[in-house]
Amino acid sequence: MISVCVCTLVCAQVARSPAEEELDNRVRDLSQQLRCLVCQNETLADSQADLASDLKRQIREQMKAGKSDKEILAFLTERYGDFVLYRPPVKRTTYLLWFGPFILLGGGLFALFRYIKSRREQIHEQPLSSEEHRRALELLNADSGKESA
Amino acid sequence: MRYAIPLVLFIGLVAFLAIGLGRDPHEVPSPLINKAAPPFQLSQLHQPDKKFGAEEMRGKVWLLNVWASWCVSCREEHPLLVELSRTHAVPIYGLNWKDKREDAITWLSDLGNPYVLSVSDLDGRIAIDYGVYGAPETYLIDKTGVIRFKQIGPLSPEVLQKTILPMAKELMSK
Repeated sequence: MISVCVCTLVCAQVARSPAEEELDNRVRDLSQQLRCLVCQNETLADSQADLASDLKRQIREQMKAGKSDKEILAFLTERYGDFVLYRPPVKRTTYLLWFGPFILLGGGLFALFRYIKSRREQIHEQPLSSEEHRRALELLNADSGKESA
Repeated sequence: MRYAIPLVLFIGLVAFLAIGLGRDPHEVPSPLINKAAPPFQLSQLHQPDKKFGAEEMRGKVWLLNVWASWCVSCREEHPLLVELSRTHAVPIYGLNWKDKREDAITWLSDLGNPYVLSVSDLDGRIAIDYGVYGAPETYLIDKTGVIRFKQIGPLSPEVLQKTILPMAKELMSK
């Protein structure tokens, strides 16, 4: 009897309306892309800070009011700046951030090719003179002679 | 020559790291500078039946200080605010952030009240509009209701004397 009661209690808690659950998921997905300003290395979703739960509440309310994710992100960046976004927007001040690694990669490849090319130019075919050829043969023969012995 | 390029790169890297270390990562530049101060209508701390809004401050240069009785750094900052309020250089208004009314009132009567008045932001909604993420924070707002400066964390005598007061003086003369 008791166990049945407990089960119904638990089940009642788990079985929230699908709409609520979907809202929870949306809040979680969005807040995973956002930085908590109090404990900067945590996402808003993970953070237990007071401000984080206030912000999550606001996000939830705005979603309920029919705002799109984009509108909510705009709401937050208006107040806290791009710093709240874990994925910074591509704009003039972030060009270096976004494209800097590719510039470095390009520079590295350029340096590598130049190095390889200069090495290739340093290597010349130098055919053996007849004297060297004779000595080489001698050495080879001496070697094989030893082995067979 | 062989060592010149790596040396230059290394010095450059050290310079970047040195600059990075010298900066406070908790100081996030506010996007609200030179934007209109978000409007609000909140109950006054001492007279909850009366409201106060930022709009009423049109034509005046003023400071909005975000504080709370639970905030340790606010306590640190407080004597400076009390001192400033005695000089009447610039009016200070308080935004009491997510605080209990009784606690806030006790705090002010114990430590002195530098504010012309404080308003209660019980659920922290207005603080979010102002991009507050750590108290204390102080906003300098001009006659047209535009935020001109924001101090994150406690005010220091240096910031006050070198930045806020000269700025306020200039804004008042406009």
